[in-house]
Amino acid sequence: MNEIILDIKDLEVIYKTDLETVKAVNSIDLKIDKGKTLGLVGETGAGKTTTALSILRLLPGNTGRILNGHIKYSGTNLLELEETEMRKMRGDKIAMVFQDPMTSLNPVMTVGEQIAEAITLHNDNLSKEEVEKRVDEKLTMVGIVPSRKVEYPHQFSGGMKQRVVIAMALACEPELLIADEPTTALDVTIQAQVLMMIKELRDRLGTSMLMITHDLGIVAKICDDVAVMYAGEIAESGTVEDIFLGEKHHPYTEGLFGSIPNLSSRANRLTPIPGLMPDPTNLPEGCFFHPRCKYKMDICERIHPESIAKGTHTLRCHLFDDKIMADKMEVNTNE
Amino acid sequence: METTIMDNHKDKVLFHKESQIKEIWRRFKKSKGAVIGLIMLGVILIVLIFADVIAPYETATKQNLANKLQEPSNEHWFGTDSYGRDVFARTIHGGRTSISISILATMASCIVGSTLGAIAGYFGGKVDSIIMRSLDIFMSVPDILFTMAVVFAMGASFTTLLVALTLAYFTNYVRLVRSQVLTLSEQDYVEAARAGGAGGARIILSHILPNAMGVIIVNLTLNVSKIVLYESTLSFLGLGMPPPAPAWGLMLSEAREFMRTAPHLLFFPAMAIVLTACSVNLIGDGMRDALDPHLKS
Repeated sequence: MNEIILDIKDLEVIYKTDLETVKAVNSIDLKIDKGKTLGLVGETGAGKTTTALSILRLLPGNTGRILNGHIKYSGTNLLELEETEMRKMRGDKIAMVFQDPMTSLNPVMTVGEQIAEAITLHNDNLSKEEVEKRVDEKLTMVGIVPSRKVEYPHQFSGGMKQRVVIAMALACEPELLIADEPTTALDVTIQAQVLMMIKELRDRLGTSMLMITHDLGIVAKICDDVAVMYAGEIAESGTVEDIFLGEKHHPYTEGLFGSIPNLSSRANRLTPIPGLMPDPTNLPEGCFFHPRCKYKMDICERIHPESIAKGTHTLRCHLFDDKIMADKMEVNTNE
Repeated sequence: METTIMDNHKDKVLFHKESQIKEIWRRFKKSKGAVIGLIMLGVILIVLIFADVIAPYETATKQNLANKLQEPSNEHWFGTDSYGRDVFARTIHGGRTSISISILATMASCIVGSTLGAIAGYFGGKVDSIIMRSLDIFMSVPDILFTMAVVFAMGASFTTLLVALTLAYFTNYVRLVRSQVLTLSEQDYVEAARAGGAGGARIILSHILPNAMGVIIVNLTLNVSKIVLYESTLSFLGLGMPPPAPAWGLMLSEAREFMRTAPHLLFFPAMAIVLTACSVNLIGDGMRDALDPHLKS
């Protein structure tokens, strides 16, 4: 019953130029169950968008390279497909909603034409009336009056543009929707509206979703599972209960929760995580987070932590490695 | 811009599609120069279309030495040339050739150049290098020399002239469209289209070229006048349509001998060239201004 629709394992992605190699994604494992939503959380530069683009194989041609790993969609390894077969998948089985609605739409095509394109790319046997009927359906589905399909993108507000983009993404009713920070460019009230709409559509169509965001509030509202990404690695992952209600946390996740401004507290200062995310061309030895970690131990500077699993909850931190902690206890008691 | 919701889909489609062109036309009309250019060109085109009615072709080509070198009069509005041919008739028939060839050559050079530019810009890499370096080699040969070679190889005729003019001007579009494609390929909506499953040809034709249209159209209209001038140069040098077909440049060339004694032979074809090139340039400027703010929005 827990059919896995997306299975990423050991994915390694770099951006290679003549001057340097950027290690964007460093051996990650992700799984999305059918019908569920996985939230991929992290700061800017963590490697979230790179992961999304790798799934669709849309990395910039000359610099992006997938070095290792497999991305299995319902059992098929997407990395082994020919480009023509991959193109059939894009939009039809796996669709993506990009971050900035202002620039995701072609300014010289009407909104109806763009949705129609999304449909006809994968259904070339439909008559014109059929296509138009579907365009109307999709617009109604996202809450836009179908008669507006003859208008151009600049005639819509930001929130409505993003609805159009979502209509385009869901036009062929894909099984997997990748949403790359879909509400980040919108103001807060519209954010809530669009998020509700995404949730409703997802529930209605049974779409599995990879929701990329840096906003933990969104994760709480819409995700079933969560993966926290740092410096191209999964620092912590688990169900949404594990992450929000669990007792153990990766120090980074702790820092993320701690840095959320609290409406009810009267603190004068916010508590950010000190330091910056490491330079992906020059990652630190040992644990990538150790320069910023307040629980840092000697071993963290030398040995890169493995991902430790406790049920559905995985943590990539030496603090949770029973053996290491046991050794440490021994050392402490012997001193 | 909120629009009222109407039930009748068909009405709505017509209303909005038209409004884009109406917008462009409205902005075009704002520029006085552009409107004057349009009127001038309109008059010129009407005269040329009805050339046969206004002045039969024979009067342009039939020699009548008894009448030679007459000054403008009621009978011969522009006078006659050294062979007794009516200059007015020659001017308008010459205009027909000049303008029809210029328009055709502009279209052809635009299509050829734009296609090559789009391919070079979109596929990049080796394809880009091959096209652009070939272009560099091609462009290093002086225009006139190359044209002469073409005319000598193919013999003077309408088709030859068309080929020569296309070859002389297509390079302009290759660079232009290539740079447009390079810029536009980076746009988010292109990435979104690719994520939806669109392939190369579709992206170039549906997404990139329509957005590059503004720039292409402006260059196109400005190039028409250049081509008109180049055609005159060619016929001046004798590389144009074979005699007795009239052509403005040819008329200028024949008029050189009689500059002092019969200046009207020089005046009329020169004016025709200037007025045509001028009107096309004014229209081109107007187009650029009309399309620009739209591109910005």
